[in-house]
Amino acid sequence: MADKISNKQVFFNPFSKDNPVIVQVLGICSCLAVTAKLEPALVMGISVIAVLAFSNVIISLIRNTIPTNIRIIVQLVVVAALVIVVNQLLLAYAYDVSKQLSVFIGLIITNCILMGRLEAFAMGNKPWPSFLDGVGNGIGYAIILIIVGFFRELLGSGTLMNVQVIPPSLYEQGYVNNGLMILPPMALIVVACIIWVHRAYNKDLQEK
Amino acid sequence: MENLNLFIRSIFVDNMVFAYFLGMCSFLAVSKNVKTAFGLGVAVTFMLIVTLPINYLLENYVLKAGALSWLGEEFADVDLSFLSLIMFIAVIASMTQLVEMAVEKYSPSLYASLGIFLPLIAVNCAILGGSLFMQQRGFANAWTATCAGAGWGIGWLLAITAIAAIRERVASYSNVPAPLRGIGITFILCALMGIAFMSFLGIKL
Repeated sequence: MADKISNKQVFFNPFSKDNPVIVQVLGICSCLAVTAKLEPALVMGISVIAVLAFSNVIISLIRNTIPTNIRIIVQLVVVAALVIVVNQLLLAYAYDVSKQLSVFIGLIITNCILMGRLEAFAMGNKPWPSFLDGVGNGIGYAIILIIVGFFRELLGSGTLMNVQVIPPSLYEQGYVNNGLMILPPMALIVVACIIWVHRAYNKDLQEK
Repeated sequence: MENLNLFIRSIFVDNMVFAYFLGMCSFLAVSKNVKTAFGLGVAVTFMLIVTLPINYLLENYVLKAGALSWLGEEFADVDLSFLSLIMFIAVIASMTQLVEMAVEKYSPSLYASLGIFLPLIAVNCAILGGSLFMQQRGFANAWTATCAGAGWGIGWLLAITAIAAIRERVASYSNVPAPLRGIGITFILCALMGIAFMSFLGIKL
């Protein structure tokens, strides 16, 4: 690499300046679909962190032996194997959540964050920086997931982690849950708002 | 009739983009102009139509609990369903590679316009999503699975072409606030389209 960036930057950049969801625009699919409630969003975030970190390490370890022509298939197989492990673990220990997430755990395989980071980082870097990059990007992704999940659950069902937080007395005075927040399109609007706020502060990210 | 119903529902009600948010990444990245968007849409539709029946047969004759019983009595209680993810993605990735080679050989002009998208498709969640939904819903036969695949593909094609057309107009004619330019406004457009598509809910033939 021409400009050597420190491990610290590798780890912290994805949190905000180089966030995988709102700046690199990767992994949108799952980010939107699992965030109607906070709990699945949290589980999804943790699963992605785990898969991303380990697949980055594995690909980085074998990066010099992979023929370029078939690298996508190799990457997919590594990721798919890790996702199967996560899927089986969730089925065993968190069955309800894994029912809610349904196909989206399987879809971590085709989550663009994974392919994007594997192609862009793990293929050209040593295992330890790759691990940090994986964890950093995973956390960046999880942060967005949790913010979106927080607002959608709070405004949509008045609960957080399935615990009622909006006091019943408010409902008696005529407060109504915003049912629209539960519907899928509102996830897009919430992410758009996050992008709006984020880019208002980071002027260099704005597009012409 | 049932298949036709499923086909129509897959296009409008169960639209891959607006109901499940699958294939969003390439949906957002490749929707800057209508022509390339249409090309990618056609490629995705084609891959869905090809991979869904293959994965259906794989699921029902190899992977599902007891699916191997056609091999003999002793295989009747083999359950390979934990392997389904890796098998599905392998089928999709190798089919993409095959299609890419075939298109390159027999139709260079099509390859020139679609070529760059084909590798992208292996990692398009809409394709793997199609197979996983097929597994989850347990379709009656391979033909039904093909109909659903065609419907999902055409729905995706419709969505990406429409959003690309809107983005072309927005980019040249409207004054969007600077922080929302580009990706931000596209999210909002998608959301509005998604709400519009929800009016199809409950369609039945």
